[in-house]
Amino acid sequence: MKDTFRLAGHEFSSRLIIGTGKYRSYDEMKAAHAASGAEMVTVAVNRVPLDGSSESFLDHLNPQMKIVPNTAGCYDADHAIRTARLAREALDTEWIKLEVIGDQITLLPDNEQTLEAAKVLVKEGFVVLPYFTDDLIMAKKLLDAGCPAVMPLAAPIGSGMGVQNPSNLRIMREQLPDATIIVDAGVGVSSDAAIAMELGADALLMNTSIAEAGDAAQMATAMKLAVEAGRLAYLSGRMPKRLYASASSPIEGAIK
Amino acid sequence: MTVKIIVNGETREVESGLTAGALLDFLSLPKKRIAVELNSEVLRRSLWPSTEISAGDRLEVVHFVGGG
Repeated sequence: MKDTFRLAGHEFSSRLIIGTGKYRSYDEMKAAHAASGAEMVTVAVNRVPLDGSSESFLDHLNPQMKIVPNTAGCYDADHAIRTARLAREALDTEWIKLEVIGDQITLLPDNEQTLEAAKVLVKEGFVVLPYFTDDLIMAKKLLDAGCPAVMPLAAPIGSGMGVQNPSNLRIMREQLPDATIIVDAGVGVSSDAAIAMELGADALLMNTSIAEAGDAAQMATAMKLAVEAGRLAYLSGRMPKRLYASASSPIEGAIK
Repeated sequence: MTVKIIVNGETREVESGLTAGALLDFLSLPKKRIAVELNSEVLRRSLWPSTEISAGDRLEVVHFVGGG
């Protein structure tokens, strides 16, 4: 059976979800998206400028990719809910990446407000993909509220620090074996992506690690390979870690 | 007669009795893949031609941009 990524009735071949922010140009973004193999992409909701300067950003996206709007910039449940409703109206999609931020420096999620918004949005029929801290208890609450997946961070948004607490993700995977876990935020380089997948993530969402790479398209390829490698490793079952050595070559029979 | 409204956080003085659709035209705003909120509630596209804007109304007109 092919190892596809299933989410809310959709099936994806790629376990890499990519953002659209911070690219130096539309051309770089398009090349990076193509190289990544990603089939899902996030966008932000923003006020239309009144000075007539708005460009049709969506025209620059590969139309085959599933567009998932986010509620970035929202600091409380009410704003996130209003933003999600507007996004649904504008794009005619039920999917929403729910992001409710606690403060501007860390951009860490306000889990409490996230849960409150998730409950309302699930009731209104949204497919809610909540971004939150890598906390098992919060994951359970979000899943119980009806979110089809949970999106714990690896590290703060745009920090490029990689998975800061591998134990949390391991625990989450083990305690929630049937949950869809998408690690979102903080990945910096391909080894970070591989690690997250090796810990059992079902998918990864990343933006800055590709957009701010020297060569975005090349890094997108690296990420694609890392996600595949990490997933294969996870499915293969890694060897145990040992404090001491375990010989690979025969101990007996060496010449003396 | 004109009325003062707030669009995307900015005060605008517009003709009284404009519909939401006409307001978007008046402000030269795009109409594709956008959404409008009127006084904190989504104003469905189908209602743009029939909803009149009143003094003191607060509107948010949003589109999509790059994001993570």
